[in-house]
Amino acid sequence: MSAGPRTPFGNPVVEWVDSRLPIFTMINKEYGVFPTPKNFNYFWNFGAIAMFMLVTMIVTGITLAMNYAATTGAAFDSVERIMRDVNYGWLIRYIHMNGASFFFIAVFIHIFRGMYYGSFKAPRELLWIFGVTIFLLMMATAFMGYVLPWGQMSFWGATVITNLFSAFPLVGTAIVEWLWGGFSVDNPTLNRFFALHYLLPFVIVGVVFLHVWALHVSGSNNPSGVEPKSAQDTLPFHPYYTMKDMFGLVVFVTIYAIFIFFMPNALGHPDNYIPANPLVTPAHIVPEWYFLPFYAILRAVNFDIGIPFTDIVIIEAKLGGVLAMFGSIAMLFAMPWLDKHPVRSARYRPIYRVALLLFVAAVFGLGKVGGMPADSPLIHFGDFFIFTTTHVSQLLTLYYFGFFLALLPYLSKREKPLPIPESIHDAVLKNKANSVSGA
Amino acid sequence: MFKKLCLTSVAVMALASPSVNAAEAGGVKEIIDIPFSFDGPLGTYDKASLQRGLQVYRQVCAACHSMRLVSYRNLEALGYSEDQIKSISAEYTMIDGPNDEGEMFERPGRPSDRFKSPFLNEKAAASANGGALPPDLSLITKARHGGADYIYSLLTGYADPPAGKEVPEGKHYNKAMDGNVIAMAAPLSEGAITYEDGTPQTVEQYSKDVSHFLTWAAEPEMEHRKQMGVKVVLFLLAFAGIMYAVKRQIWKNIH
Repeated sequence: MSAGPRTPFGNPVVEWVDSRLPIFTMINKEYGVFPTPKNFNYFWNFGAIAMFMLVTMIVTGITLAMNYAATTGAAFDSVERIMRDVNYGWLIRYIHMNGASFFFIAVFIHIFRGMYYGSFKAPRELLWIFGVTIFLLMMATAFMGYVLPWGQMSFWGATVITNLFSAFPLVGTAIVEWLWGGFSVDNPTLNRFFALHYLLPFVIVGVVFLHVWALHVSGSNNPSGVEPKSAQDTLPFHPYYTMKDMFGLVVFVTIYAIFIFFMPNALGHPDNYIPANPLVTPAHIVPEWYFLPFYAILRAVNFDIGIPFTDIVIIEAKLGGVLAMFGSIAMLFAMPWLDKHPVRSARYRPIYRVALLLFVAAVFGLGKVGGMPADSPLIHFGDFFIFTTTHVSQLLTLYYFGFFLALLPYLSKREKPLPIPESIHDAVLKNKANSVSGA
Repeated sequence: MFKKLCLTSVAVMALASPSVNAAEAGGVKEIIDIPFSFDGPLGTYDKASLQRGLQVYRQVCAACHSMRLVSYRNLEALGYSEDQIKSISAEYTMIDGPNDEGEMFERPGRPSDRFKSPFLNEKAAASANGGALPPDLSLITKARHGGADYIYSLLTGYADPPAGKEVPEGKHYNKAMDGNVIAMAAPLSEGAITYEDGTPQTVEQYSKDVSHFLTWAAEPEMEHRKQMGVKVVLFLLAFAGIMYAVKRQIWKNIH
C-alpha cells in the first residue's frame, strides 16, 4: 500500500487527493492498466458476477432487515408484511431470495472454472483457499438466512442441520445446546441466526478483499494455463475486460430477472409458506437446492464403521455422515496438494478432463438424489435386490472422494499431457487456425 | 418456466378437456392442470372471477378457514369501490380494546381490519373441527405444490373410495390430498352459492373461482410483478445487446 512512483493526474482535485492518498493510482494500477491474459473465455466472467451478487445481497438484505422482526412470534408475519404492505417489499424480498440461488450458481461456475483450468495450482493456492473460505461462509450465511422467514422448512431445516453437531462424541450435545441457546430451535436460535446472518456477509467482504488482493499479486490464470510471458500475451483490464464483464453480467442478470419476476418461488419450497410449527414435521425435509449434493453425501453414510466381525463401532453412521459432508468441503481446501500435475489447464490433460466432467456429473447426480426421499426404490432386480436412492448417493459419494483422494494423486504422477503452447499468444493463434480450418 | 409455459399452453389448447397428471410414485395424488387467466408470463387476474371467488370464500370457506394476512382494504384490487369495501367490512363485528375503562368492546369492522377469523384461536378452531386445524388460506396456493391447480383438484377431488381403501370414521376420500384422506367434508355442492352474473353454479366453477381468489390473496402483487418484469427483461435484453456491440467494437483489433 506504499505510494511508490506516481504519475501526476491532470485534474487538480484528483491530483490533490492522490498525492495524499494514492487511491486513484491504485485503481488505475489494479483495474485500469492491470495486465490481464488476453485469452479469457466467458468462464472468467463469474468472479465479477459473484461480486455483483454479493453487493446485491447486502443492499437488499439491509433493506429487508429494516422491516424484519427476529422473534418466533413475529418473524413470519413481518416477512408477509414486507410482501404485502411495504412499498416494493415483494420486489426486494424476491431479489434477495432468488439472489441467494444466483449467487451460488455464479460461485459454483466460478469454482468449476478454477478446477478445470487449474487456477488452484501454484502460485495461486492461497487465492484458492480464500475462495473456498468464501464458499464456506456463504453456505453458513445462506443456511441462517433460510431460517429467518420462520416457515416450516426454516424451522425443520434448522433442527436437522444443527442436530448434526450432536453426532460428535462427548461434546456433541453441549455444542448443539450452545448453538441453540436452549434445548430446541427456538427464539434465541432465531435471534442469533439473524445477528450472524447480518454479520457474515461483511466477513465475506473481508475475505473477498483478500481473495482479490492475492489475485492481483499472482495475476489471473487463463484457459491455456500458461503464464503470460510478454506484453503480447496481455491486455489492460480496462476497457477490454470491464466491457466483457459488463456484457456477461447483463446476460446473467437477465436470467436472474426472469426468475424474480416470473417464477420467484420456483427455487424455493412451498412448505416455507406455512408458519413454523414444532409439533408438525413436514413429510420430506429438504434443504435449499444448492445444499442438496452435500445433503446427499450426509445421508449416504447410513452404516456404522467399526472393526469387522466384532461389535466394536468406531464411527457411528450419523457421525460418519457428518464427517463425510464436512470432508467433501475439506477436499476442496486440499485440492492444490492433491493435484500436483505440472500442467494446469484441463485442455492439455485429456484424462483429468474426463475425470473432472464425471465429477461434475456426480455432483449433479448427488443433487438429484439429495432432493429425493432416502431409501426410495429406483430399480428392482427380482424381489431381493432393490436399488435405492441411497445406493446411488453412496456410489456417487465414492466417486466424489475417489476423484480427490485417488484419481488426482494418481493422475499427478501418471498422466501424459498433450503438447503445451509456448505462450498465450501462441495458444490464441493455434485456436484461431483450428477454428478457421474447422469452419 | 419452460415447463410451466408448455403446461400452460397445452392446457390452453386443451381448454375443455383438462389433462390429469398423477404425481407421487405409489400414491394416486391427482392434480388437474386447468387454465387460469393468470397463467403464463403475461397472465392477469380476472376481476369477475375474483369477486365470485370472494363470495365462495365468504359464504362457505370462511365458516372454518381464516385469512388472517388479508385486509378488507385489499379488496380494492378486486374492483370494489371504497364504499363497497366499507359496507363489506361493516358486516363483521370486531373485538377491539381495551378502551379507557380497560374493557374490551365490539365495533363494526373497518377497511383497515384484517379478515375476521372464524375462531378466536387455533385451539378453538381445531376443537370445533374434530381436532383437525383448518389451515389459514392467505398463502395456501403458495404453500402447496401445484398452487391453484391443487386447490381446484382438492375441491373437485371428492369421490367414493376405491375398493380396498380404508377411510377412517369422520374422514373423507379425496383424490388430490396426500394419502387420499382428508378431514374436511366436501364443502361445495351444485347451486349452493347464488351467482348473480349468470355464471354456471357448479362445483367446478365454484372451485375455479375460489382457487383464483386464493391465488390473488397469496400473491396480490402478481400483476404488477409480471408487468414490471416484462419491462425489466426487455430493457436488459436491449442493454445486453448494446454491451455486446460495445465489447465487439473494443475487441475488434485484438487476437
